[in-house]
Amino acid sequence: MFDFLEGYDVLGAFWTTVQLTVLSAVGSLIWGTVLAAMRVSPVPLMRGFGTAYVNIVRNIPLTVIIVFTSLGLADIFRVTLGAADDFEALSFRLSILGFVAYTAAFVCEAIRSGINTVPVGQAEAARAIGLSFSQILWLIVLPQAFRSVIGPLANVLIALTKNTTVAASIGVAEAALLMKEMIENEAQVVLIGVVFAFGFVVLTMPTGLFFGWLSKRLAVKR
Amino acid sequence: MTSVLYDAPGPRAKRRNIILSVVFFALLALLAWWIYKTMDDKGQLKWALWEPFTESEAWTTYLLPGLANTLKAAALSMVIALPLGAIFGIARLSDHRWVRIPAGAVVEFFRAIPVLLLMLFANQFYSSYTDVSTDDRPLYAVVTGLVLYNASVLAEIVKAGILALPKGQTEAAQAIGLRKGQTMTSVLLPQAVTAMLPAIVSQLVVIVKDTALGGVMIGFTELLNSRGTLAAFYATVIPSFIVVAIIYIVLNFILTSFASWLEGRLRRSKRSTGAVLGAEDVEDLNAAEVGGSYGTGASA
Repeated sequence: MFDFLEGYDVLGAFWTTVQLTVLSAVGSLIWGTVLAAMRVSPVPLMRGFGTAYVNIVRNIPLTVIIVFTSLGLADIFRVTLGAADDFEALSFRLSILGFVAYTAAFVCEAIRSGINTVPVGQAEAARAIGLSFSQILWLIVLPQAFRSVIGPLANVLIALTKNTTVAASIGVAEAALLMKEMIENEAQVVLIGVVFAFGFVVLTMPTGLFFGWLSKRLAVKR
Repeated sequence: MTSVLYDAPGPRAKRRNIILSVVFFALLALLAWWIYKTMDDKGQLKWALWEPFTESEAWTTYLLPGLANTLKAAALSMVIALPLGAIFGIARLSDHRWVRIPAGAVVEFFRAIPVLLLMLFANQFYSSYTDVSTDDRPLYAVVTGLVLYNASVLAEIVKAGILALPKGQTEAAQAIGLRKGQTMTSVLLPQAVTAMLPAIVSQLVVIVKDTALGGVMIGFTELLNSRGTLAAFYATVIPSFIVVAIIYIVLNFILTSFASWLEGRLRRSKRSTGAVLGAEDVEDLNAAEVGGSYGTGASA
């Protein structure tokens, strides 16, 4: 029944999807945290930049960003990320750049909302006993903030997993591109659809369950 | 004071802030200069590349029809997905297990799958099994993909909207002898719809953004796809991206602002029951948290 799968590297395509997801997740967690730090920083210029970045990037379709990394960044700005001659590696890296740029805006908003859940009194108390700004940030506020945003961050991660399919638009050989190729060549449209849908359920369900458990476990009891 | 993190700055903090501002400004200026320099070197700043956008032809031939298709697909998807979402949302709250569980399974399934896969599948499905004409097929496929996904998200919004209503509403309806169906249609649903309006409007932003998927992958001539044709005709790559991005940003910014204005208005209104679902709730729903909901953890 599933012999149409022969000759196609379905697991390999999903492995690319996983790689895209993990690398983009790490990148957007870092860049998103930096953006969130800017958005809550006392420097007005940084706050303004953070706000502008989030509001602009969130309103542009991810597809536009991904296509731009290929046609704009690579072709015109010559941003080749050390893979100028290798087309496959180039589109893989460019798509990660695009995912990081887009997802970081959502990560930033999640972390910022986490910082806002920390009661003001805690920072005031910390200042009263003489802790400095960085001590307050690292010892008091951020640990609580991260624990309270595990749920929202997991949502961002699941959305990112699904969004990696957009990389198909610049030719990254991941799940969506293989599915497109397969349904064009094989007759079993419905079965192929089921296989790929199942793949994504397998990818997203453990993520959702694990982080759901983790966020309940680590929640700050107030 | 606006943040947990810092006090009103003293003299030292003020000095430090000024230094940070200067350094950050220098970095931004460096980035801006690099962008300007590269675009200048590549001839992307030449007036000839920007000129098309000041003339009506580029707009009437490429951008406006593309934008019209984007809006058409978004509007169609919304109009079809709303009643579907309402039905599934109510079905998920049913007292009967044989209604509740299949409805829940369908909703969770379509939320867990990337919209692009749904569109690709629908496109091939229409081509193999139906006689939808080749011209209409991309629009059909885009709308089908968007409807399946967004109906599931809207079902969750409807469910949350109904659950957000005070319990007294149902009790009062039962007290005056309304049946379950009557309670739903004449008491709960009208109030839930009001509470959900901001969430529904912000879901429109997601739909508008997702139409762009159809442009690249299945040849639907929406705004992003029209950009490609336009860029090929006028040889204007970067300017066309900038113009198209601005159109999307303005369009979605209007929708977002409208949603938050609506949310504020509903929250202030004295007649409401106090249940309002805003844009924040929608962002969580769009992720498809398979296997049940988890909150922010703060109240666990």
